[in-house]
Amino acid sequence: MRFHSTYSRSLLGVALAIGLTLPSLSLLAAEGTLTIVTSFPSDLTKVFKAAFEKKNPDVKLEILKKKTTAGIKYIQETASNNKNDLFWASAPDAFEVLKDDGLLQKYSSSVEGIPDNVGAFPINDPEGFYKGFAAAGYGIMWNTRYTKAKRIPIPKEWDDLRKAVYHGHVGMSAPSRSGTTHLTVETILQGEGWDKGWQLMKEISGNFKTVTERSFGVPDGVNSGNFGIGIVIDFFGLSSKGSGFPVEFRYPTVTTLVPANIAIVKDAPNASAAGEFIDFLLSPEGQELLLDPKIRRLPVNPSTYAKAPDGFPNPFKDSSIGAAVKFDLARSKNRYNLVNALFDVMITYRLDDLRAATKAIQDAEAALAGKSNPEASSMIAEARQLIAAVPIDETKSLDKDFTAIFKKKRKKATDKVTGRQAEVEQEWDDFVVKNYARAKQIAEAAMAKL
Amino acid sequence: MTTITWSRVIPRTQWRTTLVALAIALFLATFLLVPVAKVIFVAFQDPNSGAFTLINFKDFFTTSLFQESFWNSFYVASISVIVATIIALPLAYFTTRFNFGGAILIQTLGIVPLIMPPFVGAVAMLLLFGENGSFNLLMDEWFGFTIPLMDGLNGVIFVQSIHYFPFILINLSASLNNIDRSMEEAALSLGASGMRLFRRIVFPLSMPGYVAGASLVFLKVFDDLGTPLLLNVNNMLAPQAYLRISSIGISDPMGYVISVILVVFSLFTMWISFLALRKKDYATVQKGGGGLMKRDLKFWEKLGCYSIVLLILAVVLSPHLGLALLSFGTIWSYSVLPDGYTFDHYIEIFNSAGPFISNTLLYAGLAGLIDVILGIAIAYVVLRTGIRGRKWLDQLAMASLAVPGVVLGIGYLRSFHQTELPFTDTSLASFWLIIVIALSIRRLPYALRACVAALQQVSESLEEAAENLGASKWHSVRRIVIPLMTGGILAGFITSFATAAVELSATIMLVSAEADAPLAYGIYVFMQSAAGRGPGAALGMFAVVIVALGTYFSHRIIERTRHEYVTQTEGDFK
Repeated sequence: MRFHSTYSRSLLGVALAIGLTLPSLSLLAAEGTLTIVTSFPSDLTKVFKAAFEKKNPDVKLEILKKKTTAGIKYIQETASNNKNDLFWASAPDAFEVLKDDGLLQKYSSSVEGIPDNVGAFPINDPEGFYKGFAAAGYGIMWNTRYTKAKRIPIPKEWDDLRKAVYHGHVGMSAPSRSGTTHLTVETILQGEGWDKGWQLMKEISGNFKTVTERSFGVPDGVNSGNFGIGIVIDFFGLSSKGSGFPVEFRYPTVTTLVPANIAIVKDAPNASAAGEFIDFLLSPEGQELLLDPKIRRLPVNPSTYAKAPDGFPNPFKDSSIGAAVKFDLARSKNRYNLVNALFDVMITYRLDDLRAATKAIQDAEAALAGKSNPEASSMIAEARQLIAAVPIDETKSLDKDFTAIFKKKRKKATDKVTGRQAEVEQEWDDFVVKNYARAKQIAEAAMAKL
Repeated sequence: MTTITWSRVIPRTQWRTTLVALAIALFLATFLLVPVAKVIFVAFQDPNSGAFTLINFKDFFTTSLFQESFWNSFYVASISVIVATIIALPLAYFTTRFNFGGAILIQTLGIVPLIMPPFVGAVAMLLLFGENGSFNLLMDEWFGFTIPLMDGLNGVIFVQSIHYFPFILINLSASLNNIDRSMEEAALSLGASGMRLFRRIVFPLSMPGYVAGASLVFLKVFDDLGTPLLLNVNNMLAPQAYLRISSIGISDPMGYVISVILVVFSLFTMWISFLALRKKDYATVQKGGGGLMKRDLKFWEKLGCYSIVLLILAVVLSPHLGLALLSFGTIWSYSVLPDGYTFDHYIEIFNSAGPFISNTLLYAGLAGLIDVILGIAIAYVVLRTGIRGRKWLDQLAMASLAVPGVVLGIGYLRSFHQTELPFTDTSLASFWLIIVIALSIRRLPYALRACVAALQQVSESLEEAAENLGASKWHSVRRIVIPLMTGGILAGFITSFATAAVELSATIMLVSAEADAPLAYGIYVFMQSAAGRGPGAALGMFAVVIVALGTYFSHRIIERTRHEYVTQTEGDFK
């Protein structure tokens, strides 16, 4: 008993001692501190931090690492008493959200030599709120040990990933989880058309091993060999290879290059240093840092590519990268949440059903190969149609009244919206589950005839 | 309220404990109820008009995906409790009832599975047990088939059981140690032994600890989202809530509706577990030390016990072996073991790890301390006083188990960001102490269940005796009740401390300067890039080692206390 009270006192003592020896950490925010909220990994930020602080010894960078979604929420929630200077992240749509909320301030950089477009995508926000400092495009990465052990061929185009040989070997992140994945899906929808785009997307998804919760989950899974092929943004593939993993990366023809961005937060406590940091990012010196093997992002200054290693993709020279699709930003923005919800309902949440139906069709097709059986082949075609079917058409996906259901933010109390997201999603879910089950049934019946 | 009703609400003799209860209620209201309410009121709002409505709940019950998710969560949680019990029972029983070399070490290693650092833990698990992990690569090579250990709901059950069984182990062990051994002695002398002794005497008497542990496992698995997300299983409630809350730029009310459902269901489960223990008296007058000492085992029995224990430990500690390999390995990809080994990752984090470690110790230590203090106080108020609404205090505290960390984090930013700290220009939300409070709120249920179980086993007659002898209430609590609860209190501290040390979801919203960040945040930062995997794993190893050491010394202290207590009471009897 006596012992216990001594113990609790000493425990308290230890806790207090630790508390007192640590200086009041939050008081470190002294003058000349530049606070940056970013989603970038420390491999990227520490390189820029070191170089910038060396050049500007009186400014200290405070890097606040938040994933993009958390970063947006953080800036929104702290806006009333803002202590952040810069927001620095990949997906342009994250910046669009902040811009719409009036949480960014305009900045025009003095750095010259940056063109207007990379691929078909404008590098900077036309309204001047955020600046692109690096480009990135989606592509396919694969684990060479995995493809060798499982004897699967190297995929070249999105189309290849539909083939039965890739069943259960592909991974991707959900567009609702990752802004850049969203852009890939939207690119495919715009490049192939709404119906064909979804058909391709679902046929690829039928081969998925998994839909990961974070975008980094995809390169992580490929690097481990948990699945062999990943649909990823280029720097994930390039930097994984740069870190020594047995992986390779390539761009398919239909892809879009998207800038990674930076913007000054409204009411930034240290706006002048924030501007200096943006200028530094865009300067030849800053652009060159992007070539670091652990970073590997595409510079937006074309002259920097002269210093790039052999085989480094150059979108300003190689017009095949990211130029095939003319990306319509307004269309993408309008149906942003709708496409995410549709993808989740049709693919993410019903992946098991989709996979099972796809497998049945692939088995039937394999059995049909080399035989002539018109009945079976028309049944297989029917099953494919059932999988491809989308509950709404493109016109509806662009209907402002309909997409408003998925934008919960009402601008004015008088804005009238009818219908609720949960209601719509339940309708879609019914449609999709029935179709997948029916497709599986028909494919199995076709198989029985062969 | 008039004075008349006041005196009815508060019995006159209990104004001091009432004050304590009110203080706790105020604390919970400020740091749990209000912040969470500020976020989840959306669940009761018409998404179109903004008016109050229950339509979102109707949507929940008519959506087939949510129904399916609910049953999946329920199924996984129930089966996980069973599997976790099978793992925990032998460890707890062997180490508390027999003279067993290395009992403290086993108890310590038994808690390590609870410390699964975010992200790196997941990678390690997949590298070992995934479809192309070490285990299955070997299975394929030797036997030509693989076992889908990490697939679908079964994968979730597998990972959850080996992750959360320590809740049962810790609480059950504390309970077993508290049983008056003369009960067993009496049973033995009446001819009961072996399974019969265990089934009829030992296990029933240890029910408070077992129920505390099992209900925690059930609730935690039901509400957990880390594991389903790691396995990319979406059709469960917690991940559904999370995925809908944390998508970019939208606020689908269904995420918050699910949060409310999770809270309500958790309270319902607590109520069931309360019913299970009601009307039974688990208190024994004498505490574990007296009476029968631990039994010795015959050689063959010992061999059997050791092989069971070692087998269990091998399974439950394998993720940490994987973590260690990851932290020392160079490249580990589609192979049984890493390609090579290196110290580079440790060297890389050497400079940055210092502040992370001291922050973690400070935050998790303080959070654990706050939790046991609150836990003891709430347990006492609930079990020993007649204050009206005391059960609400318990349930309010337990409700935090079901609140997703991200909701709590956003709630804190919303509630405290505009509160400036005196004498500085920093906001309360960016002061490091707010992280401590968030952690203590999130981990309070663990400590609370342990303290309640401990107090249930203390006979009230001991306090009455002390008070009859002239001791004041406060004096008898301090000198009689708390010392008798030591085992349970330390069990509570360990679980709160260990799990707080690797918490990320609320922390990531609240970290406002890297200098204030704990280890889990450091791991997160590393785990965003391919090159950061090794250093992230090395940081994860630090977390595991720190918590394991903390646990080990706590156990040493329990044993020493018990030893002193035994010699002291035996001396008294001589």
